[in-house]
Amino acid sequence: MRKAEQLVQGVLQGNRRSIAKTITLIENNEPEAPKIVSVLYQQTGKAHVIGVTGPTGSGKSTLIEKLIRELRRRGKTVGVVAVDPTSPFTGGAFLGDRVRMQEHSTDEGVFIRSMANRNATGGLAKATKDAVRVLDASGKDIVIVETVGAGQSEVEIVKVSHTVIVVLAPGLGDDIQAIKAGIMEIADIFVVNKADRQNADKSLSEIQAMLEMNTEKKGWKPSVLKTTALTGEGITELLARIEEHKEYLKKGALEASRKDQVETELVEAIKQKIAESMVEDLKRKGEWEKLKQKILAKETDPYSVADRLLRKLRRN
Amino acid sequence: MYTPEDIRHFDYVKDLGFPGEYPFTRGLHATMYRGRLWTMRQFSGFGTAEQTNKRFKYLLSEGETGLSIAFDYPTIMGYDSDHPMATGEVGQCGVAVSSLKDMEILFDGIPLDKVSTSMTINGPAAMLLAMYVAIGDKQGVPREKLDGTTQNDNLKEFFAQKLCIFPPKPSLKLSTDIIEYCARHLPNWNPISISGYHIREAGSTAVQELAFTLADGIAYVESALERGLKVDEFAPRLSFFFASHNDFFEEIAKFRAARRLWAKIMKERFNTQDPRSLWMRMHVQTSGCTFTAQQPVNNVIRVAFQSLAAVLGGTQSLHTNSFDEALALPCEDAVRVALRTQQIIAYESGVTDTIDPLGGSYYVEYLTNKMEERATEYIDRIDAMGGVASAIERGFFQKEIADSAYKYQKEIESKQRTLVGVNDYTVEKDWVPMELLRVHPKVEEEQVARFQKMKKERDNRKVKEVLDKLHDETDKDRNLMPTIIKALKAYATLGEITEVLRTVFGEYRELIVV
Amino acid sequence: MSTERKIRVLIAKPGLDSHDRGAKIVARALRDAGMEIIYTGLRQTPEQIVETALQEDVDVIGLSILSGAHKVLFPKIMGLIKEKGIDDMLVFAGGIIPHEDIHDLKKIGIKEVFGPGTPTGVLVKFVQENTRK
Ligand SMILES: Nc1nc2c(ncn2[C@@H]2O[C@H](COP(=O)(O)OP(=O)(O)OP(=O)(O)O)[C@@H](O)[C@H]2O)c(=O)[nH]1
Ligand SMILES: [Mg+2]
Repeated sequence: MRKAEQLVQGVLQGNRRSIAKTITLIENNEPEAPKIVSVLYQQTGKAHVIGVTGPTGSGKSTLIEKLIRELRRRGKTVGVVAVDPTSPFTGGAFLGDRVRMQEHSTDEGVFIRSMANRNATGGLAKATKDAVRVLDASGKDIVIVETVGAGQSEVEIVKVSHTVIVVLAPGLGDDIQAIKAGIMEIADIFVVNKADRQNADKSLSEIQAMLEMNTEKKGWKPSVLKTTALTGEGITELLARIEEHKEYLKKGALEASRKDQVETELVEAIKQKIAESMVEDLKRKGEWEKLKQKILAKETDPYSVADRLLRKLRRN
Repeated sequence: MYTPEDIRHFDYVKDLGFPGEYPFTRGLHATMYRGRLWTMRQFSGFGTAEQTNKRFKYLLSEGETGLSIAFDYPTIMGYDSDHPMATGEVGQCGVAVSSLKDMEILFDGIPLDKVSTSMTINGPAAMLLAMYVAIGDKQGVPREKLDGTTQNDNLKEFFAQKLCIFPPKPSLKLSTDIIEYCARHLPNWNPISISGYHIREAGSTAVQELAFTLADGIAYVESALERGLKVDEFAPRLSFFFASHNDFFEEIAKFRAARRLWAKIMKERFNTQDPRSLWMRMHVQTSGCTFTAQQPVNNVIRVAFQSLAAVLGGTQSLHTNSFDEALALPCEDAVRVALRTQQIIAYESGVTDTIDPLGGSYYVEYLTNKMEERATEYIDRIDAMGGVASAIERGFFQKEIADSAYKYQKEIESKQRTLVGVNDYTVEKDWVPMELLRVHPKVEEEQVARFQKMKKERDNRKVKEVLDKLHDETDKDRNLMPTIIKALKAYATLGEITEVLRTVFGEYRELIVV
Repeated sequence: MSTERKIRVLIAKPGLDSHDRGAKIVARALRDAGMEIIYTGLRQTPEQIVETALQEDVDVIGLSILSGAHKVLFPKIMGLIKEKGIDDMLVFAGGIIPHEDIHDLKKIGIKEVFGPGTPTGVLVKFVQENTRK
C-alpha cells in the first residue's frame, strides 16, 4: 500500500505523473483503486465540473480547446477528461479528441486525459467519474468532460457534471432528432457551434422555439447561444453563461443536485457491489452454471431467481 | 480479354475526337509530342538560397528552362528559419526562404523573363508569388512576362497533404486571391496546380485521385466565379497535377478520362466559351509511395513504367523520382538516372512518334469509360454533400483515403498483391550502400544568422506599418496580394506575414480519420 | 474484481513533415489488435510529445518522422523522457531514417526502428512482446 499512499500524496500536490498513474489504476480496475478513490474523495468538491456533449463532429473538442485558452488567460487551472468509443469488435480505440487541444499539452496548469469508454453505455467510461475526482483533488479549478458523442443517449454526463453544455452544429442534419432523443433534458446551456456556416441562425431559432415550449427546470431556464469554435467567437459569452449557472447552483441548487448525484451514485454502488458478491458466491458454490441451464430450459426465469436470492439475503 | 462488346456504344467523335479537339481524350494538341515534347521538370532545392541558386544556374547552363523549387518545411508552414518549430528542419527537404532577401539570393543572376518557375507552395503561396513579383519588379521585368506556376491548391491540403496553416474558408480565400490577381495582372502565370498527386500518395485509389481532384477543381472555379470573375478570364490558366502509379493501363486510362471529364464539366457545368478553358493541362510525377526501401535500385524500373504511362496518357510535363527517395534525400547520381529515364523514353523508345498510340484499344477505351463513370459517381456524391468544403468537414475524403490506404497495406501483407522485394523475391542482404545526401547542420546556423542580421538592418518602423496595414486589409476581406507585395518589399518576413494572417484567420488542426 | 488492462500507445509525429500515411496505418493496426491509441496529430515539439506521453500514461511511444530532422529531434525527445522519469515506456520509431543512423538511435534508448514497408503484423507483435504485462 506504500505505492497507493505515495500516489495519493502526489495527486494532492498536483504531481502530473501521480495524477496520470492514479487514473490508469482506476481505469484498469486495479486492486488498489477503490482505496485510493475513497481517500481522494475527501478532497474533492472544489472544482466546477463542466460536461460537454453533442453529436459527433459538432465541434466539442475545438470548443473545449478555446475554453481552456480563455480560462487560462483568467488564471484558472483546467483538467480535461475526453472520452471516445471502444470498438466492440476489437476492443481497441482511437482517442482523437486530444489532437485539438495539443497546444495546451505543455501548460503546467492544464491536464488532459483521453479515455476509451471500454464499451460502457451512456457516453462515458466507467472510470470517468473517478478520473474527474482525481483531477478535482489535484487542485484543478475547472474540470471539463467530453462525452463520446456517438449519438447514443448520453445521459451519464449529468451524473458527473455541474453544468452540462450540449453542442450542436448546423448542417449535421440530426440536430433536432438528437435533441428529441433526450439530450434536451440534460442541457443547462445549448451551443450552436459553427456559427460561420450559413444556416446557423436557422438552427438557433429552431432550438429557441423548442426551449420556449419547455418549462424551466428547477429555477434555471436553459438558453442557447452561437459560437465559432474555430476562431473563438462567442467563448466569452459562453463562459458568462457558465458562470451564471454556477451562481444559480450556489444558491441551493448545487446542494440539491449534489444530493441527487450522491443518491444515484450510492444506489449504483450498492447495486454493483451486491450483484458482484452474489454472482461470485453462486459461482463459488457451483450453482451459476446450473441456474443458467435452468433458465435456458425455461424451468425458471432471471427475475424469479433474483427474487429468490434477495429473499435469502434478507433472511440472513 | 476485351472485345468490341466491351465498348459497344463507343462513338469515335463523341468519346474520343481527334487530338486537339473536344473532348480531348486523345490529347490537348493536334500534333502532341511530334510537335513538342513534354517539359522535363525536375523538382529541386535544398540548403540555403546560395546552394540552390548555384544548382539552378548549373541546370540552366545545361539547357533547362524550367525551374522547380522545393521549399523546406518551415517555409511551407510559414515559419521563419529561426522559429522554434523550425529546429532541425531548415534547408532539409528544400530551400529555406524566410524573406525577400533569401529570394533575391535564390534568383541572383537569373533573369525572370528567360525562365519559367514552378513553386511547390500552398499555404503561403501568396507570399512566395509576391516575392517573385517583387524580384521581377527589381529586375525591371514587366509583370505580364512572369511565367510559372504556384501550386496554391489549399483544398487538398485538408485531406491529403495536411500542410495546412489556416482553416478551410480563409485557405480557399487565399487560393482565390491568387487566381484573381493573376487573371488581372499576371496573364502568363498558372495561379494554381490542382493536385491529385498528394491524394494518391496519401493512399487513395486511381478513381478517387481523379474524382477528388476534379471536385477540387470545381470548387476553385465556383469560388472564383463568386469573386465576380468570368469563367473564361481564369479557366485557361488552371492546371492540374497527377501521380503515375504502378498499374500501367489504369494510369493511362486515368489521364485520358481526366481530360475528357474536365472538358465536359467546363463546357456543360460552367458554360465556357473560350476553347482553352476546356483544356486540362497536366503535370505528372511518378509515384513516390510505390517505392521500396528494399532493393532500392528496383525503383528505377518502377519509374520507367510509370513515366511511360504518363507519356502514353498525354501529359504536358513530367517529374521522375529518384530511386533512393525511400531512404533519404536524393543524391546527385540518382537524380541523373531519373532524368535519363525520361530522355530514354523521349528519344529512344519511339513512343513519341505516334499520337495517342493506344486510342481505340478495346481495353484502354473500356477502362477510360469506367474511370470516368466511377469518378462521376463520386463527384455527384460530393455535390450532394454540399461540395468539397462540407465533405472535408465531415471527414468524407479522409475516411475514403484512409480506408483505401489500409486496404492496400493489407493486400500486401496477405500477399494478395505482390510487391517485388518486399513480400516476394526478397534477398538476404538487400542493403545497397549508397552515398546519401545530407544537409549539413551548418546550413541552419548560417541561414538563421543571415536572417537575424537582415531583421536588425531593415527599417523596423516601416515593417510595423505595413504589417498593421495587412492586418487591416485582412480584416476587411480584401484581395491580399497587393498588400503582401508591399510588405515583402519592406522586408517584412514570411513568418511575420503568416502570423498576421493566423491571428485573423485562426489556425487549423487537422481532422483525424483513421 | 478483475483488472481490465489495455495497452495504451501514443503515436507521435515530431518534425514539420505531414506524411502521416504510415503513422495512421500503424495506429489502425494497433487499434485493431485491441490497443488504445492516442495520436498527437502533426508537427509536435519534443516537449509536447513527452508531456502527452506522461499525462496519458501510455505504455508505448511510437515516433514517426520523414523530414530528416530525426537526428536533432529524437535525442531531444529521449532526453526529456529520461528527465521526466518515464523511461520505462517502450519507444520505437519509423519513417525515412537512413540505415547508418539506426545504431545511434538505439544507443539513446529507441528500442527498434522500422523502415518503410514493415508489415503491420510485425509491429503489433513487437509491441505486444515488449510491453510490460
Ligand atoms: N466551420 C467551422 N468548423 C468547425 C468549428 N468548430 C469545429 N469545426 C470543425 O468541425 C470538425 C469537428 O470538430 P471537433 O472539435 O473534432 O468535433 P467533436 O464534436 O469534438 O467531434 P467528436 O469528438 O468526433 O465527436 C473539425 O474539422 C473542426 O475543425 C466552427 O466553429 N466552424
Ligand atoms: Mg471530440
